[in-house]
Amino acid sequence: MINSNARTLLDIRGLTATVAGVTILKGIDLTVRAGEVHAIMGPNGSGKSTLAKVLAGHPAYEVTGGTVLLEGKDLFALAAEDRARAGLFLGFQYPVEIPGVSNSSFLRLSYNTVQTGRGRDELDPLEFDDYVREKMKLLEMSPEFLDRSVNDGFSGGEKKRNEILQMAILEPRVSILDETDSGLDIDALRIVAGGVNKLLSADNACVLVTHYQRLLNYITPDYVHVMESGRIIKTGDKALALELESRGYDWLLDGGTSASAKAAA
Amino acid sequence: MSSTAIQELVNQPYKHGFVTDIESDTAAKGLNEDTIRFISAKKNEPEWLLEFRLKAYRHWLTMTPPAWSNVKYPEIDFQNISYYSAPKSKKKLASMDEVDPELLKTFEKLGVPMNERAALAGVAVDVIFDSVSVATTYKQKLADVGIIFCSISEAVREHPELVRKYMGSVIPVGDNFYAALNSAVFTDGSFCYIPKGVKCPMELSTYFRINTQDSGQFERTLIVAEDGAQVSYLEGCTAPKFDTNQLHAAVVELVAMDNADIKYSTVQNWYAGDEKGVGGIYNFVTKRGLCKGVNSRISWTQVETGSAITWKYPSCVLRGDNSVGEFYSVALTNHYQQADTGTKMIHIGKNTRSTIVSKGISAGHSNNSYRGLVRIAPTATGARNYSQCDSMLIGDQCGANTFPYIEVRNPSGKVEHEATTSKIGEDQLFYFQSRGIGAEEAVSMIINGFCKDVFQQLPMEFAVEATKLLGLKLEGSVG
Repeated sequence: MINSNARTLLDIRGLTATVAGVTILKGIDLTVRAGEVHAIMGPNGSGKSTLAKVLAGHPAYEVTGGTVLLEGKDLFALAAEDRARAGLFLGFQYPVEIPGVSNSSFLRLSYNTVQTGRGRDELDPLEFDDYVREKMKLLEMSPEFLDRSVNDGFSGGEKKRNEILQMAILEPRVSILDETDSGLDIDALRIVAGGVNKLLSADNACVLVTHYQRLLNYITPDYVHVMESGRIIKTGDKALALELESRGYDWLLDGGTSASAKAAA
Repeated sequence: MSSTAIQELVNQPYKHGFVTDIESDTAAKGLNEDTIRFISAKKNEPEWLLEFRLKAYRHWLTMTPPAWSNVKYPEIDFQNISYYSAPKSKKKLASMDEVDPELLKTFEKLGVPMNERAALAGVAVDVIFDSVSVATTYKQKLADVGIIFCSISEAVREHPELVRKYMGSVIPVGDNFYAALNSAVFTDGSFCYIPKGVKCPMELSTYFRINTQDSGQFERTLIVAEDGAQVSYLEGCTAPKFDTNQLHAAVVELVAMDNADIKYSTVQNWYAGDEKGVGGIYNFVTKRGLCKGVNSRISWTQVETGSAITWKYPSCVLRGDNSVGEFYSVALTNHYQQADTGTKMIHIGKNTRSTIVSKGISAGHSNNSYRGLVRIAPTATGARNYSQCDSMLIGDQCGANTFPYIEVRNPSGKVEHEATTSKIGEDQLFYFQSRGIGAEEAVSMIINGFCKDVFQQLPMEFAVEATKLLGLKLEGSVG
């Protein structure tokens, strides 16, 4: 919901970043206020996922310029774990498997670390169990997920549900969901999107990185941004996403570049 | 960044590397029959034991060091080692209070409970300092139920018939190069005898400490559990830091009669050498248990974190029908450490069963190999084995290998082997970090999860020690 008086949660100015010496982000500007849902679309290789990982602090990426403020705080002054504690959440496109570590232990440690970072009390295992089971209902997850190892042997859909479960538990200010819709069948998409919708409020915000407008049928964006070659080249509302679906990206790009050929593939 | 965090975590400095300033009685370097006679005379041994030693020595002379293992080291000069070193004490000690305070301080530093704390912990401790057993606690209480727990030297004096009957019965003097060497020159060790039907009321524990620079440590442990007896035995090892290598060649023999149960746990934290691979203990150990009686069980659990070289295969010979052998192992290597460790499960009796769970963690430039033999003899009808060998790599300079040998000579035998290799990578750590969990805690949690199946087998206090040893925090990972 757009409210121009709402607080700015995430403020990105002139962000540039490289990976292995190659510049991927070439100057990103983006302002996300409380209550807003932003969708970032664009062809493969345009830098969408890189933006998500740079914000969360992935060590493979180097920030070479620009500033990012999270609720007024310099994001890049924080280590990755401190960004999470400060209220940033990244929903992974490919959540990693961690054999041997039970999901319940992982979730509880994560929750308690983040709570402590926010100056709140930890929950003991029994209290946490009640808390997490309540959150799991949002995503129609069976409690047996708690006893399994983190993402180990999970199907694609189960992994994505587990990501949104973590979002539900950690109650972040800004959630960046990187292709949360990929690999989901239509039922799973409905459940995952429904979960995200229930978590959205006037106090938090969400940035959806996606290839397809399909997700946006379930989670309505206030803004749709198109990324290409490391820049945001166009911003619009939900109508832009529909237009992209019918027309592709080519009309936004200059000429038949290799990037547009990739996008068509 | 994150890889640095892993490095720091696995590179924690060695805490037990101090040398105790204590006068010791050390034999001149070198090995010949006179050295052996010297050791035997020092210890006032009976003639049969000297013969045992000489027989082993003569056999050893005909042998060459094993070349099949996946470890590399310069040839050991066996003439440049002192084969006997003992803390000097003027008289025989009557109680713990008379032990040299320097020695007590040493064990205090190591966290070894030798006095009242032992009582609180409910653990009986035998302490071996260089070559000699310096203290055994709790003896009287054990004696009340008929358990003998003392140094092997004392056992030779007080219970020669038992020692003579069982010593060398599981590992013959000529079994292998290092076992033969041990049989010739062993200086002390622990002896434990649990009589028929007795369940040992407490954990028994031995702490081994090498203190002198040029001495080898050759201890010998013998545990006999009679029909229906039960015992849980713990072994801990530390050594000071020296830039030369010390040789440790121990022999451990276990005998389990009908329905007996022996659980043997080790946390090995010998000095591993520095980050360039200088110094550290060469650990060449022969451990074997004989399930002699029906329904007997021998269970080995080991957490191997130290030593420059670990060469160790705690094994079970399952002779009694329905007997059970188990091997649970965590081996962590870092820097230039090399470990070639595993087990042998020899199935002879009917319906014998064995389980092998091995977890190898390699970091730095280290090399970690699992080597295991499962043999089902023609007589072992209905025998079963399950083996699981998992390796974890930290960084990309280290190596992990699995060498399983399987010999099935009975068509009813059933052998299963599973192996996996995984890696703690940047992406895994980033996943934890993006959930607010720092890299150090993440590594702890991953390694703890990886080793869970083995740690569960350790007695409680050792599980804690082992967890700490691997730089792990239990918080958040139990429950």
